[in-house]
Amino acid sequence: MKKTLTLAATLLAATVISGAASAKTFVYCSEGSPEGFDPSLYTAGTTFDAAAHTVYNRLLEFKPGTTETVPGLAESWEISDDGLEYTFKLRSGVKFQTTDFFTPSRDLNADDVIFSFERQLKSDNPWHQYVAGAAWEYFNGMGFPELIESIEKVDDMTVRFKLKQQEAPFLANLAMPFASIMSKEYTDKLAADGKMNMLNQQPLGTGPFEFVAYQTDAVIRYRAHDDYWGGKQKIDDLVFAITPDASVRYQKLKAGECHLMPFPNAADVEDMKKDQNLKVVEQEGLNVAYLAYNTTQAPFDKVEVRKALNMAINKQAIVDAVFQGAATPAKNPIPPTMWSYNDAVQDDAYDPEAAKKMLEEAGVKDLSMKVWAMPVARPYMLNARRAAELIQADFAKIGVNVEIVTYEWAEYLDRSKAKDRDGAVMLGWTGDNGDPDNFLHTLLGCDAVGGNNRAQWCNEEFNDLVVKAKTTTDQAERTKLYEEAQVVFKREAPWATIDHSLSVVPMRKEVEGFHQSPLGDFAFEGVDLAE
Amino acid sequence: MFRFIFGRLAVLIPTFLGVSIIAFSFIRVLPGDPVMLMSGERVMAPERYEQIKQMLGYDRPLPVQYFDYLTGVLSGDFGNSIVTRRPVLDDFLTLFPATLELSLCAMLLAIIIGVPAGVFAAIKRGSFFDQTIMGTALVGYSMPIFWWGLLLIILFSGTLGWTPVSGRISLLYYFPPVTGFMLIDSLLSGQSGAFTSALSHLILPSIVLGTIPLAVIARQTRSAMLEVLSEDYVRTARAKGLSPFRVVGIHALRNAMIPVITTIGLQVGVMLAGAILTETIFSWPGVGKWMVDSVFKRDYPVIQSGLLIIAGVIMLVNLAVDLLYGLINPRIRH
Repeated sequence: MKKTLTLAATLLAATVISGAASAKTFVYCSEGSPEGFDPSLYTAGTTFDAAAHTVYNRLLEFKPGTTETVPGLAESWEISDDGLEYTFKLRSGVKFQTTDFFTPSRDLNADDVIFSFERQLKSDNPWHQYVAGAAWEYFNGMGFPELIESIEKVDDMTVRFKLKQQEAPFLANLAMPFASIMSKEYTDKLAADGKMNMLNQQPLGTGPFEFVAYQTDAVIRYRAHDDYWGGKQKIDDLVFAITPDASVRYQKLKAGECHLMPFPNAADVEDMKKDQNLKVVEQEGLNVAYLAYNTTQAPFDKVEVRKALNMAINKQAIVDAVFQGAATPAKNPIPPTMWSYNDAVQDDAYDPEAAKKMLEEAGVKDLSMKVWAMPVARPYMLNARRAAELIQADFAKIGVNVEIVTYEWAEYLDRSKAKDRDGAVMLGWTGDNGDPDNFLHTLLGCDAVGGNNRAQWCNEEFNDLVVKAKTTTDQAERTKLYEEAQVVFKREAPWATIDHSLSVVPMRKEVEGFHQSPLGDFAFEGVDLAE
Repeated sequence: MFRFIFGRLAVLIPTFLGVSIIAFSFIRVLPGDPVMLMSGERVMAPERYEQIKQMLGYDRPLPVQYFDYLTGVLSGDFGNSIVTRRPVLDDFLTLFPATLELSLCAMLLAIIIGVPAGVFAAIKRGSFFDQTIMGTALVGYSMPIFWWGLLLIILFSGTLGWTPVSGRISLLYYFPPVTGFMLIDSLLSGQSGAFTSALSHLILPSIVLGTIPLAVIARQTRSAMLEVLSEDYVRTARAKGLSPFRVVGIHALRNAMIPVITTIGLQVGVMLAGAILTETIFSWPGVGKWMVDSVFKRDYPVIQSGLLIIAGVIMLVNLAVDLLYGLINPRIRH
């Protein structure tokens, strides 16, 4: 029995790798099941990895490993002088995938692009509610319904977007998963066959990999797209082996059952680095964790009080305890890898004595406050409870008594929005499109009070800067405005900025050409396995 | 017999209604809201929130929603997941064979080892052997499944490399599901090595899932045997000069099996609960993990219909156990 088992296991352990030698199969131990395969319907990274980055392309793409936008299905574009018209010239000869379930008869054209947006924009489009309660969450969240005046077909290979107002991040938004381009021919066929919901189960696009099969909660299989406009992939097959537990993913990686895994346990990373067969790539993620005071409630309406509390937090201790070093303390509300990051800003140094004094000078005595800790692990904060406990201890040193509160996740997100909420809320953000607007305006603008602006902070000076930057297309000018905005932010201290976490990706030594995305995506275009 | 089955089925109706009410209302009493969760950290505008709630029908009074749900279920429509948008019944039918296959293997393991271990412990009562078995059973019973599973993976898959880490079959094998049972499908596929691969993937999860039922069955068998062994008819059988094997195997065991079968029946429910953790560790695509995910996402249709279907399965298993009594003990024939 033992012998048979050993033999079977050896065979199995070798399968993935030896299999890779004949037909190169790349196995990714993904962390969860995709919610569906229509990326515009969802907001989860897991779903985007499985649907958007494999099967589909967008008009613009993020250059692998960066947040820089490069031509995708649009090979060039022009922006009118008033910044309200964007005209995209489509790449010619772009083939859709030929699969078991559909054979395309034509290449990509303007109809596909218009369809892909109109289904999300127009409530009378037959695809707008092809699944009940389709929320088009990102399309709405990024403000597209209010932004887009019209989408026109100039000719077969040219599309024009007319906007209602200037919007500098517009191009970056078009590189996001929700803006994936579908095949109108395929969707027409699905509609004719009365099988519209299959679009969310059998995706078909122009991307580097074509969809083969999904075994619910177990395995997703893709094949390299032979006629991919960016060139056929070096690997033949791409497999997502869904493995929800991080320790098990690590064991599978060690055993050679997969080549790359996301989200390792912080405690395992040291061991992974020592393993001869593995390599670990680290990169600063495009995120921030923060503690938002309610700046409309006493005593947090006083800048000195917020500053004093900020000075009392030992961020390095939080980074060490929660991330085992896989994060950096944050001083600005945007991460260092983002353009316009103002490195000249001085952080409020950790100094409990000075903090205590400052609090006394502000006339605050025997302060008791609530600190909200998220009930879930997020990329920017792996253990909010632990961080809250450290903050509690830090605040105790300056005579501030902290009660830690938490709620179920959806409840937490909802309650923390309330304008009259008490205490300071711990939360964070992961960038969507690499634009500073996506942090500074989205999280701290006056329109976001009562919503994403958990500090309920509406500062005229700051708001003018970020609004102006949003409606200016000149990058140098925008950079200047955002740098100034960060100075105002630091001076006014609506948040205690806590950390920017590193994203850590362990993989087998033989993996080549994987570009870790600052946006947290796992995309396998260009990946190869060394012989 | 038919009257008995019919009577039992009639009792199932109010039970079903009860389960449906509990499943429907409990998930709504819990804090959290599926629409809010759709947008995560990104705040949804209040008007949009109301609009989506309306599209999903969650703005209507609860009794109306419940009535809709119930009439749907009665006509065979268990609703669609609000996350995957697929019909709940389709997802259940896809995932249930995996859970069933794993549970059957685990139960088989628990019975094959648990019953003989209990019998031997009873015969050798008080011996070192008895104490070892019962001690091990106690440890097995108290074992946290998650820890136990990881421990086995690290030892057998990581260090020794004897078994695959997780999944149902090696990724090299791919064939469309026919029955949904990987052992059968791998044989039907005709691909060489597929069956062995499927079998080797079943070993560790079956051990982990079978551990608690095994411990419970062993303990129950031992105490039932001890009781039976002290009965007069066993003494009579021994006095008649029957071989110890016949005494224990035929006269005692058969009578001792009644409480054991009850226990086995009850363990089916325990097993479905254990499957939640086992499936998560071993990346096993079954209904346990499916239900947990749906709770986290507040996927109302999946929770309420999934629970109802699973409750139905457990009720049927219990009915089957009741019928089994009759086979073992003619006095309880219905």
